[in-house]
Amino acid sequence: MTIQHLGQGPVVVVGASLAGLAAVEALRDGGYAGDLVVLERAPALPADRPPLSKQVLGGTMDPAAATQPVAARLDDLEVDLRLSTPATAFDAGTLTVITAHGDLAASGVVLAPGATPRRLRGTDAGLVLRDLDESLALRSAVLDAPADQPVVVIGAGFIGCEVAATVRGLDRPVVLVEYAPLPLQRVLPDPIGRYVAALHRYHGVEVRLGTGVADVGPGESGVTDVRLTDGTSIPASVVVVGIGVTPSTAWLEGSGLLLDDGIVCDETCLAAPGVVVAGDVARWPSRRYGRTMRVEQWENAIEQGTHAAQRLLHGGPPGDPGAPVYDPVPWFWSDQYSRKLQLAGAPDRDDELAIVEGNPEDGSPDQAQFVGLFRRRSPDGADHCVGVVGVNRPRHVVQLRMAMGAGPLAWDDAVGRFETPA
Amino acid sequence: MVGAACPPVADQRGTPMKVIVDFDVCESNAVCMAVAPEVFEVRDDDFLYILDENPPEELRAKVEEAVKRCPKQAITLEG
Repeated sequence: MTIQHLGQGPVVVVGASLAGLAAVEALRDGGYAGDLVVLERAPALPADRPPLSKQVLGGTMDPAAATQPVAARLDDLEVDLRLSTPATAFDAGTLTVITAHGDLAASGVVLAPGATPRRLRGTDAGLVLRDLDESLALRSAVLDAPADQPVVVIGAGFIGCEVAATVRGLDRPVVLVEYAPLPLQRVLPDPIGRYVAALHRYHGVEVRLGTGVADVGPGESGVTDVRLTDGTSIPASVVVVGIGVTPSTAWLEGSGLLLDDGIVCDETCLAAPGVVVAGDVARWPSRRYGRTMRVEQWENAIEQGTHAAQRLLHGGPPGDPGAPVYDPVPWFWSDQYSRKLQLAGAPDRDDELAIVEGNPEDGSPDQAQFVGLFRRRSPDGADHCVGVVGVNRPRHVVQLRMAMGAGPLAWDDAVGRFETPA
Repeated sequence: MVGAACPPVADQRGTPMKVIVDFDVCESNAVCMAVAPEVFEVRDDDFLYILDENPPEELRAKVEEAVKRCPKQAITLEG
């Protein structure tokens, strides 16, 4: 079955990572039988990302096993996959995708170009971690490094923290450097940041907080000198840069799309007629949270890729009241040592954290199990739970996530699920 | 960890579906529990329990979704 309103020309998907391939699968599942072109800048299909900072880096997973789940089904989906073919420009008015190998006149476009790791200001020094080859290069560098020289990880976000934990597992010294006063500050409140710092220190990581990097350059005897803004200097065997990613939108300047820390779309993932967006690059308005969101999470990439495809197949103009709305409760996990930290919802910095089970400050951080709820106060007193964070409490996180998914969750209802609320 | 086994009830096609989890790979992310709580439960001991190894046909779509959505691809569905 062809979808009449998509007109002539193939559907073009930009990006063959999680969001792009989820869209591919959803297009076929949704009955689209026409031509499907997937453009991917890399020479191979991107790997599934979660294992790259954990099992692949740590050597407990064969790199060949770190493939995206959809990759195994790709042959059946009849896709014209063009590797080493970045999209270099786009005209949203004519749905023309420009590549070095020629222009594509599309009938519909899914933009899932992802994001690019940030570099330190003024230098390309250090290893970033986004793709499989980078994970293997990092692993090699760490294993080759002298056992007494630290691996310096710059940035205590989720990537930096996972890399630090994995490298400790490889029995190398690690220094974790973070500009903010605590790890994970961008996403999580102080009690969680304190817990994560304690967890890493427990495992022997030297955690340096409240300091940035002034300079990275060659030192004596093959080490790399990492000079910090607090005046100290660390002779590093390997430097890892985990300071975040920027959405890949530079190529879309002049395309006619609205760009604002991502590609801006409506609540159905539509960025322009015939153009949908998904994954790390997409900024959409959430009814649930009353703001725009851009989410760099595994599950969002898959869910949004699926939704974007369904929106494209639905057709209809922007603002079509029958078009499906994308308004998920984001969910995320991070494995560090034996601890699994999970977050569901979208708490803001203004939302208060209440620990409702366990205590992050009690006992060994390596055995911690706790749950925190995020409270959003409202002027009329109808406070709601807008997020849940858990460490080794997957069941509670999942249950709260499901409850939040069903609609606004009254604070008292959320807290009432726990025997001894804080 | 396996929950209490129910005797398989054959559907009209004759073969009930069978849920299999590779517990070496399962990390208890509990995505399966969110998708198909009738079949999957991660309990307070952090282990995943299969509540019904041979779920009824009407749960097929949910179970297939759980298979797809598991971040570790730890679930297989036979039949």
